[in-house]
Amino acid sequence: MLKLVGRGAVLPIAALAVLAGACAPGSDSEKPAAKAPSAVNTDIAKLGNVTLTVWDQEVRGGQNEQMERLNKAFQDKYPNVTIKRVSRSFNDLQKTLRLALSGDSPPDVVEANQGHGAMAQFVKAGMLLPLDNYDRVYGWTKRYPKGLTDLNSVSEDGRKIGTGNLYGVSINGEIVGIYYNKDKLSELGIQPPRTWADFERALGTAKSRGETPIAFGNLDKFPAIHNLGVIQDQLTSKDAVRKLVYGQGGAWTDAPNVQAAQKLSDWVKAGYFTKDANGVKYDDSPVNFSKGEGVFLIGGTWFAADLDKAMGDKVGFMLPPPAQAGGQPTTMGGESLPWSITSKSKNPDVAAAYINFITSPEAMDVSVETGNLPALAAPTKQPGSPVLKDIFTAWSTLSRNDGITPYLDYATPDFGDVLGGALQELVAGKASPQQAMDKAQQNYSAFLRK
Amino acid sequence: MTLAARPQAATKVAQRTGAPRARPPRAARPPGEPRRIGWLYALPALLVYAAFLIWPLLHGAYFSLFEWDGLSAGTWAGLSNYTKALSDPTLRGAFLHAFVLVVFYAVVPCCIAFVLVAAMSRTRIRGLTFFRTVLFLPQVVAMVAVAVAWQWIYSPGGPINDVLRWLHGLGLPDWSRGWLGDFTWALPSVGLIGTWVQIGLAMVLFMAGVQKIPRELYEAARIDGAGPVREFFAVTLPGLRRELAVALTLTTIAAMRNFDLIYLATNGGPGDATKVPAYEVYNRTFNTGEVGLASAIGIIIAVLIFTVTVLIGRFVEGRER
Repeated sequence: MLKLVGRGAVLPIAALAVLAGACAPGSDSEKPAAKAPSAVNTDIAKLGNVTLTVWDQEVRGGQNEQMERLNKAFQDKYPNVTIKRVSRSFNDLQKTLRLALSGDSPPDVVEANQGHGAMAQFVKAGMLLPLDNYDRVYGWTKRYPKGLTDLNSVSEDGRKIGTGNLYGVSINGEIVGIYYNKDKLSELGIQPPRTWADFERALGTAKSRGETPIAFGNLDKFPAIHNLGVIQDQLTSKDAVRKLVYGQGGAWTDAPNVQAAQKLSDWVKAGYFTKDANGVKYDDSPVNFSKGEGVFLIGGTWFAADLDKAMGDKVGFMLPPPAQAGGQPTTMGGESLPWSITSKSKNPDVAAAYINFITSPEAMDVSVETGNLPALAAPTKQPGSPVLKDIFTAWSTLSRNDGITPYLDYATPDFGDVLGGALQELVAGKASPQQAMDKAQQNYSAFLRK
Repeated sequence: MTLAARPQAATKVAQRTGAPRARPPRAARPPGEPRRIGWLYALPALLVYAAFLIWPLLHGAYFSLFEWDGLSAGTWAGLSNYTKALSDPTLRGAFLHAFVLVVFYAVVPCCIAFVLVAAMSRTRIRGLTFFRTVLFLPQVVAMVAVAVAWQWIYSPGGPINDVLRWLHGLGLPDWSRGWLGDFTWALPSVGLIGTWVQIGLAMVLFMAGVQKIPRELYEAARIDGAGPVREFFAVTLPGLRRELAVALTLTTIAAMRNFDLIYLATNGGPGDATKVPAYEVYNRTFNTGEVGLASAIGIIIAVLIFTVTVLIGRFVEGRER
């Protein structure tokens, strides 16, 4: 027996020896060569039969319908192109995309999430094609406001986001704003606030009348980042926020940022948020809000469809009101996952034509018809429901004055977890605003130093 | 382990019964004696085992020596991932939480299951099958359903807080809180979900074991005047040693590699209060692109589980003594 066991140990040792001789995991792929604009073929119909493999995460009702309609329209326009669509939920796509991209035959078009955790790493590994020369042909950067194309840009070495080459184009937009319960406001005898000071006064009034001023669920860690971001945008300039998030200057411990955390903490202490918010699920906050808990709800446009269904014309949406009435509002927001071309794609020209097609003005109409918020104004269509109308107005206001700041968690790969965790401590009263921002800054500067 | 242990035990028995130590001639080898050809029979299973378990394990160990984002070329890092895994305060906290969870997943359920089994072995209970089924049910329910259900139970407006607020109304202090969002209580709260899940497993194992214990031993104990407590320590506990070892091993492993419950119920929050190593393996691989560090954490979990399993085998089951 002993002898046999002894021989059994030889196998792992031998395997280790083989491994030690092997090379490092991953391989240095060459950076994809950029194509001259003149060499880009836009006449897709003449390219013969082509199969385009597309990986997306648009599995939800309206978004799924949107992609189905756009894909059909593209194939109708170019009968020689067959689209092979693989659709996975956001989380599943995040996990499989890494492996798929490092393989030899990745899909042609993928939705690669913005930020250091995904797109920047793919760029660093040379897995995505820079789109700048296609952009010169199709003019995407002219079509979109700078804030939005910056979000889909990464420096060539993958170290900085918000600058460098363009690596993707998005279809839909999203912003964080303030939902309000119209019935509650009229009960309290207040108008939807026009200035930030009005808003704070409204919170005080709601509290004094026994209402929960802001519905809030922070069990999932990240939600408080949205509240902080909205407050921060009122205390500092949009350029400062952009620079900070994109790692181009500033610190989380700068005075306005600590003040924002201080304000958040003050609001918690004043009882402006749902009690025990750290124990409430994020997805429950719109549900509670629609049932009458909370006069306001700070949340993204992704809540709109559900709130519209539950509350109809009782719910309104507004941008965080500016300091002065009629001033330019600023808020956190972004766009849906960008559509990118993989560098190993055999048909990059077809892929580029496809991306151009699904982000064209006609495609924006399809977006509205399927209940989404298109990143660009739809030429002919308008949404039906009141809250969606509010959101469309808000979006076009922001687009006009370029008032969108990036999500704060784009700052480092694990910033959502780190800042989110620090803010949970802040909300629980376990950390002071300074301590919470110190924690964020520590993670931030460690990442920038790398 | 078991492959090696069985024949050894067999030889011990053979020695004790005074069988001749000299090897019998080749042809007279008893049919159960291991032979080299035995490996041939085991080969298909061994190949599958090697390809899907040993190889990935070694590969993981190899990755753990690199600083690698899973995409571009990795750089040799030696043992620095291991030093980081053990020195980083967040990660060290995660390992500490795993040990706290072992108490809730393994120790507490086994104790409760003992009480239940001791009670059941003394008295005849009507509808025993029903109770057994109900207690085992948490084992069968998918973890996703368990997590979502308990999120509701622990939520500020959930049943636990309703009861606490009712007690508050009777004059007791207000103990209601958002349990999963409370820095002090989140980890014990998650742990109690584990306790609830694991009691059934421990109990079913012990019930099976108790039925093996000869009735005469209980009768003898009672004639000798043993009360329920004495009876438990003198008869039931020694008779359940093997079952206890199995239950402890399974539940400890479940505690140390616990991922799904944390991922679904708290995301490691509030702050870092419920972070566990297995959650960090996922987080570092897919969210922050530190595949090398994640592999190192994975290997450490594997080594820890292996050590604990061996210790349980040695001290609880009394193997190799």
